[in-house]
Amino acid sequence: MTEEDRAPTALEEPVEAEDVRAPALEMRGITKRYPGVVANDHIDLDVRPGEIHALLGENGAGKTTLMNVLYGLARPDEGEILLDGQVVDLTGPADAIARGISMVHQHFMLVPVLSVAENIVLGAETMRGPLFLDRQEADRRIVELGQRFGFDIDPDAKVGSLSVGWQQRVEILKALYREARILVLDEPTAVLTPQETEEIFAVLRRLAAAGHSIIFISHKLYEVLEIADRITVIRRGRVVAERSPTGTTEEDLATLMVGRDVDLTVDRGTSTPAGPMLVVEGLKATDDRRREAVAGVDLEVRAGEILGIAGVAGNGQDELVEALVGLRRPTAGKVTLDGVDITGHDPRSVYGDGVAYVPADRHRFGIVLSFPLTDNLVLTSYHRPPYARGLLRDDAAIRRTAVERIEAFDVRAPSADVQASTLSGGNQQKVIVAREFARDLKLLVLDQPTRGLDVGSIEFIHRQAVAKRDAGTAILLVSAELDEVLELSDRVAVMFRGQIVGMFDGRTADKYEVGLLMATGGRERAEAATGEAMA
Amino acid sequence: MTGVRRAWAIVALPVISIVLSVLVGSVVIILSQWLVSGTFELGLAVDAYASLISGSIGSFNAIVNTLTVAAPLILGGLSVGLAFKAGLFNIGAQGQFLMGALGAVIVGVTLREAAPPLAIPAALVGGMLFGAFYGFIPGVLKAVSGAHEVVTTIMLNFIAVAIVAGMVSEVLKVPASPQPITLDVVNASLPVILGRNGHIGIIYALLAAVGYHWLLFRTTRGFEIRTTGANPDAARYAGMKPRRIIVWTMSVAGLLAGLAGATELLGVSHLMTASYGTTVGFDSIAVALLGRTSAVGIVISALFFGGMRAGAPAMQVEAGVPADLVGVLQATILFFLVAGPVVQRVFRLRGVKAAIEDTGTFTRTYGGGESVSR
Amino acid sequence: MDPIIQAVYGLPIIGLVFQLVGYLITVLPDIAPIILRGAVPIALAALCGVMCERSGVVNIGIEGTMLVAAFVAWAAGVYLVPLLGDSVPLAIFGITPALVGALLIAVLAGLIVALLHAWLSISVRADQIIAGTIINIAAFGITGYLYSLISSSSPEGAGAFVTFRPPEFLLALPFVGWLFDMFLAQGPIGMGVIVIVVVFQVFLFRSRWGLRMRSVGEHPRAAETVGIDVIRVRYRNVLLGGVLAALGGAYLSLEITGSFTQGMTAGRGFIGLAAMIIGRWTPLGAFGAALMFSSFGAIGQSINIAPPPGDLGVLLDQLPGQFFDALPYLATIVVLAGVVGRSVPPAADGLPYEREAAS
Repeated sequence: MTEEDRAPTALEEPVEAEDVRAPALEMRGITKRYPGVVANDHIDLDVRPGEIHALLGENGAGKTTLMNVLYGLARPDEGEILLDGQVVDLTGPADAIARGISMVHQHFMLVPVLSVAENIVLGAETMRGPLFLDRQEADRRIVELGQRFGFDIDPDAKVGSLSVGWQQRVEILKALYREARILVLDEPTAVLTPQETEEIFAVLRRLAAAGHSIIFISHKLYEVLEIADRITVIRRGRVVAERSPTGTTEEDLATLMVGRDVDLTVDRGTSTPAGPMLVVEGLKATDDRRREAVAGVDLEVRAGEILGIAGVAGNGQDELVEALVGLRRPTAGKVTLDGVDITGHDPRSVYGDGVAYVPADRHRFGIVLSFPLTDNLVLTSYHRPPYARGLLRDDAAIRRTAVERIEAFDVRAPSADVQASTLSGGNQQKVIVAREFARDLKLLVLDQPTRGLDVGSIEFIHRQAVAKRDAGTAILLVSAELDEVLELSDRVAVMFRGQIVGMFDGRTADKYEVGLLMATGGRERAEAATGEAMA
Repeated sequence: MTGVRRAWAIVALPVISIVLSVLVGSVVIILSQWLVSGTFELGLAVDAYASLISGSIGSFNAIVNTLTVAAPLILGGLSVGLAFKAGLFNIGAQGQFLMGALGAVIVGVTLREAAPPLAIPAALVGGMLFGAFYGFIPGVLKAVSGAHEVVTTIMLNFIAVAIVAGMVSEVLKVPASPQPITLDVVNASLPVILGRNGHIGIIYALLAAVGYHWLLFRTTRGFEIRTTGANPDAARYAGMKPRRIIVWTMSVAGLLAGLAGATELLGVSHLMTASYGTTVGFDSIAVALLGRTSAVGIVISALFFGGMRAGAPAMQVEAGVPADLVGVLQATILFFLVAGPVVQRVFRLRGVKAAIEDTGTFTRTYGGGESVSR
Repeated sequence: MDPIIQAVYGLPIIGLVFQLVGYLITVLPDIAPIILRGAVPIALAALCGVMCERSGVVNIGIEGTMLVAAFVAWAAGVYLVPLLGDSVPLAIFGITPALVGALLIAVLAGLIVALLHAWLSISVRADQIIAGTIINIAAFGITGYLYSLISSSSPEGAGAFVTFRPPEFLLALPFVGWLFDMFLAQGPIGMGVIVIVVVFQVFLFRSRWGLRMRSVGEHPRAAETVGIDVIRVRYRNVLLGGVLAALGGAYLSLEITGSFTQGMTAGRGFIGLAAMIIGRWTPLGAFGAALMFSSFGAIGQSINIAPPPGDLGVLLDQLPGQFFDALPYLATIVVLAGVVGRSVPPAADGLPYEREAAS
């Protein structure tokens, strides 16, 4: 992964006269309505050849809808799309691809069990005869394309075995294989380390220098300022501003994006940690395919502190958390809560000992979408008094608690009897938070607590977490968003390939140092990264 | 929403499905008659339905007959419905019914001379245990290995046929009889409470329906069953044990189907032949789906399908339309139920409840049993 | 009962197992054609399963599709024979116009049933297991009803295809002669299955069609974003699967019996599903698993015809005949329970696909 740092090639001459060039793509007055919402309200957007144009907006601002329109996945109710000055009518992804538009989706559109080459050629297969694939020719082209943009790729590797950063490259190769001129990247850095982000940026700059037009969708302000030639901000389906990165600050962009002044940093205050609440020693656990995912973790979380675990997704964080709360049986090691050994206890007894857990995948674990809020608000304590008397349920008690919690945590719902599926993502997460935070807790485990939520809900949940910490609860926070970990944690542990490879002070940690450790595990600069705070 | 509108929201799709299937059935009757005999007789469908209805509710005897046929269908429908609630598709009600009948006949024949207050409960319990065991097997297979219950229960249905044939012809056979047939259960026979043959089984079935509702909505175990069915991962997260719940639910489902077999044997046939067979298994699936897995719905639809089964012989005799037409009608009703979203669009129904909603997706754990693998 | 107990205790079990294996090896050349004949409908059901599920549609209505095809093949013969008159069968496979016509109409019937399943599963987005079950119930009901109507005059169908007679010198070859007997002493559908398995296997992994099908079954959204029409791929595969299942059904009534009986598929569609799972969703694997399941049925037959000598023969003779009836089903459950966790289905198997809308 080191060879991307080669010197810029001759291709990367700065393009000064860009303004005179005709836009490669122009979207005019795009309007798209869905029942109850106007997702896009007369949006104008243009991209010139060789330009990186950032599209900035909150979750739900309408970025994805706009890109679906551009990609032929959704038909605009009004407005038109021009390619090289010609009005086009995009009938579907196949049409968009044929016209040179390619998209790298936020959730990769890759088939894990297929090889790199199979993924890349899919839909644009290189054929030998009318029926069969020409694998040799496809492999040759893929390797060549990769080298042209600065990386060596093995076309026979299974995509599922690649790191996130390399999957990203496969997605980009997929677009280039189709000879895309306009490349849309939807939140491409969401799951990357700062180093991987830099590497992808280098690739994007090369692409732009070669004349490709790039639309870069993001909600990360500093990244947008770093990579974009121009920035368009949208809010609630409307374009609210177009800016040049020079002379624009993160605060300006934040205000434009959210529509009000926002404080970008959480006030986490000072923590006054007491003695160790959770002690993990030599913990090992396997993943669903029985491969070792947690490879000997030592960890200590003190009462009244937030310990953040930073790491690239898939380095054993989920398995670690599941092993702690009893959803996964550890294969070795010891877990102690407040001096009591809870290793291998089942979730019910762990919860009973004062642990609460907000799972990463809320639709899969945290909530039953087809159940009313009443049942969801007691999902982890339905079997205990006052919600149950013996084997019988007490519906009245359940309803009383549900109404209380809806009130206390500001869940926006018409009543306690509506199905959880009718709520917005932010309110669903509040239901989970209300249920799990409401108890007296010794340890609170938060796995990706704010993924995919709007700014308001994120602020709310962060404040609640800090309040819980100040009340003396030990909090273990896992997040793939390094920014979130650094903003919220008192101490930051870095997890790499199932082990804790470094420990930092949350207030002084250097983002790039943490990121480097996330990416490499410290093998290259071990002396700089590890050292002090290994608890 | 007013009471009437709420009731309509629930029954709209089932009612429309039934009406549509009656129409389709008419076409089938007329066309098939034309195909076979070359005559085109529009009135035949009317005759057929008229005799079907009079055969099911046209007289006191007919009504008693309908209730008698409906009793095992209620129990079978509850069996399938309970499994539905846990996200399991119990196609094995057929086999569990046969095993229940076998268990009842083994105990019943053994206690044929004992006092009825001892013989009857013992034979019923025997049937329930056999059925429960036969539901326990696919439950364990699903929980431990992830083998999908649809394949395993179908296989078990065929095995049950072989077991019944083997047991009756090798072990339980009356030595003197030329045919493989068991002795009569005599004192273990269920008491007749209505007309000539209306045995007490219908009461058991109604009690079971009450218990079913109580279990699902008033107990914590019921909540666990429903959570496992709606989202097994969330159930695990919530501290429930989905695998244990799957085994438990399949066993109780088997128990209910086994009770159906026991009442049928002790109440109707009183003995078993080597080729003892039934349509209760498939009918139970139709009952559970048409009844939207609710206790009341299952009772009503069991009475409906029971009436069809009870009236079919009259239809065959009076109108010359084969009794197998019931199977065609049943399948068409189910077809329209499942095509519910389209039916709603065609008839412009709004705010109507889907026919099959909280049954979960059975397809979820098809090959690997991902959700219950740990 | 006593002789069983004596037999079991009278000898070490190991000895019995060796005897059984030895017996099976000696009879294998003789029962091999029987095994393949039994495997053909299971294999076709399994191939139908592979075809559907590789594109992401679970089809448990295979059993019903086969039953309808078996019935229609027979019933079409009833009408076609008087219509087309008696003609002299061809030397190869005993082909007559009525037989070919019956086969084609059966395939058409299979297509119609598959279309129904495809519509419910893909367009209506119903639960696919419920949809398949309804297909099965409907197949049972409609064939039962029509058979009752037609069979009252006990008519004759179009008869059956005749098995091919391989040249004697091939059969006489030492060591491999029985393999020729197994694979060539078959009717047209039986022989065709082998071709279908090989072609399907190659196309699934080497052709554009196969690559697209696999991507649709694994990650339909990814397939759609590169311009593949997920819905069309799925419809096409389910319909092709319908053809395969129909061949399996027609095989029962046109190739091994020449008549129809109610419920004559006897669970083969479901055993085929198990074969598909055990064969890890590949045509070759599914075919191998079908052969395995079929051999359990063949053991029962073989023991009836040529019982093994010695204690083993005594023991097997004491087992009730129903044990051998149940053996294929029992084997299916046992093998399935042992294999299923390690066999990974296509990731999007059974999940209805909705084209991207708002988000």
